[in-house]
Amino acid sequence: MRAPILKVEDLSVHFRIDAGEGLFRHDYQTIKAVDRVSFELAPAETLGVVGESGCGKSTLARAILGLVAPAGGRIAWLGDNLVGKTEDEMREKRRQLQLIFQDPYGSLDPRMTVGQIVGEPLKNFFPSMSKMQVRERVSGMLKMVGLAPEQINRYPHEFSGGQCQRIGIARALVVNPRLVVCDEPVSALDVSIQAQIVNLLKELQKKLQLSLIFIAHDLSVVRHVSDRVLVMYMGKVMEINDSERIYRNPAHPYTRALIESVPIPDPKLERERARRALGGELPSPTHPPSGCVFRTRCPFAQDKCAAAEPPLEELEDGTRVACVRYAEIKGELEL
Amino acid sequence: MTARAAETEATERQLDIFEQAMDKRTVKGRSLYVDAWHRLKRNKAAVAGVAILLFIIILVTFGPMLNPWDHEIPDWDNYSTPPSLETGHVMGTDALGRDLFERVMVGGRISLLVGIIATLVSLFIGVAYGAVAGYLGGRVDNWMMRAVDAIYALPFMFFVILLMVVFGRNIFLIFVAIGAVNWLDMARIVRGQTLSLKNKDFIEAARVSGATEWHIISRHIIPNLLGVVVVYVSLTIPQVILVESFLSFLGLGVQEPLTSWGALVNEGAQELETAPWSLLFPATFLAATLFAFNFLGDGLRDALDPRDR
Repeated sequence: MRAPILKVEDLSVHFRIDAGEGLFRHDYQTIKAVDRVSFELAPAETLGVVGESGCGKSTLARAILGLVAPAGGRIAWLGDNLVGKTEDEMREKRRQLQLIFQDPYGSLDPRMTVGQIVGEPLKNFFPSMSKMQVRERVSGMLKMVGLAPEQINRYPHEFSGGQCQRIGIARALVVNPRLVVCDEPVSALDVSIQAQIVNLLKELQKKLQLSLIFIAHDLSVVRHVSDRVLVMYMGKVMEINDSERIYRNPAHPYTRALIESVPIPDPKLERERARRALGGELPSPTHPPSGCVFRTRCPFAQDKCAAAEPPLEELEDGTRVACVRYAEIKGELEL
Repeated sequence: MTARAAETEATERQLDIFEQAMDKRTVKGRSLYVDAWHRLKRNKAAVAGVAILLFIIILVTFGPMLNPWDHEIPDWDNYSTPPSLETGHVMGTDALGRDLFERVMVGGRISLLVGIIATLVSLFIGVAYGAVAGYLGGRVDNWMMRAVDAIYALPFMFFVILLMVVFGRNIFLIFVAIGAVNWLDMARIVRGQTLSLKNKDFIEAARVSGATEWHIISRHIIPNLLGVVVVYVSLTIPQVILVESFLSFLGLGVQEPLTSWGALVNEGAQELETAPWSLLFPATFLAATLFAFNFLGDGLRDALDPRDR
């Protein structure tokens, strides 16, 4: 692998929630939204991040951008640690690190025109740019994401969801970032539009040599765009693996359960498929299970899974997996 | 190809595209405000309110110039006469022989001025205070809002009387007194709106876009508050006019020979049996203005309501 552009080590993000409020004392509970996550990202690589709702995917994204303060760990961006930087220092870094949001309408200020929205990062990061230069760059960017530059004076509510997402992409790419974090960029869109947006992102990534972190809960979308895939469960990394290998040969029981839960768009095949549906409920995030967090729902769980938290181990083929029984259940996991 | 070369090429391509685009006429977007304006125009009550307000404002501004009488000097030949074209007093005279039309116009100037200036004062203080408290949140918000609660607890009349005693009777004190109390409501409303706005994705998007906190408050929070604020302003102006009338009614407001609609209504009420016109005219103007502002406020609220979109 080439030298990583981004290296995340043992990143943790904790949230405090009120458990009850008395007159003189507050009770807090801590949720480990992201718990000692480590991964690397090479230049122009796409890393898919998958997991159920509430597993910490979005929090991970926001921590990388410095929008939530991490409780610990390191985020090395081109060798420079971002954890502990002030808001002013982070602001400067965000010229290279950008974010695409899930909600296409909610992420655009309804009182601003498309030109103002896409031009805003330019004005903030390059105050010396003239109005004409900003306008040129914005028009070019709109064209690049498949919008007509004549629409520059329109407002977000005059666009469809897919078009709004294109505006969001244009805003993220207008400052020429090197890493774009896409936080479920297509999950709020129609299926037909999803394909358009995913293909647009892929095309732009190739053209601009971007590194992408692509967060989704839809595995088929992630498979389409990612070089490697990171699987999260309750804030922890379960597995990191090559995109092709993970779909053929998952190393972690949770990955397998996720892949099995994807419906096949053919009723016959779908009926014939022997499914082992994932039973049980997601455990309470304030009281996670001891040892392996997945053991309460894992079909292969044994007593030793409760004893200690499984470390993320690197296998000889580059797969990284956090499961103490990996070697024993290897054969049973194949799809 | 290096990334740098690809970037240059992309920029060049963008320039071509831009030139082509300049040939086509840029489509003008319809902003939310333009949409709201179209909806407001369809609301008959609101349009009538605007028309009445414009009429009253023009009348009180230019009316006294066309009227030969002065609001201070009595007409020695006509004490307490009913409206008549013969004497030239179209609204009659008061018990001291002063022309009522002139006095209603001059009083209207004072009443509208108090309403607009006091509302503007409360608007600027309230919006800035509420937006900062709501956006910063946490402990700052807590302290700022407790301060508002403390000021809120002061009895208004006591506050006004205290000001009068210390500084003497002065029309500007009324602006200050009313403005100083009214911004509290505005600050609370704005803070509540800001709290709900600051969790929106576009605020986070602005942070990612390199915006400073001040930039976020002034460019993203405040413009998005305007809908609510405009409506609140249109409802505050009549409220302030009423408060001024109340103060004048108690003798704490404007002082003779200057007058306001509230003071005129007070005088008229005392002469109701002998000179009913001296109550009828100022009361009509006061009521018409209040109705007009309320209709306009209701119309604005409906026009700016996002659920309608």
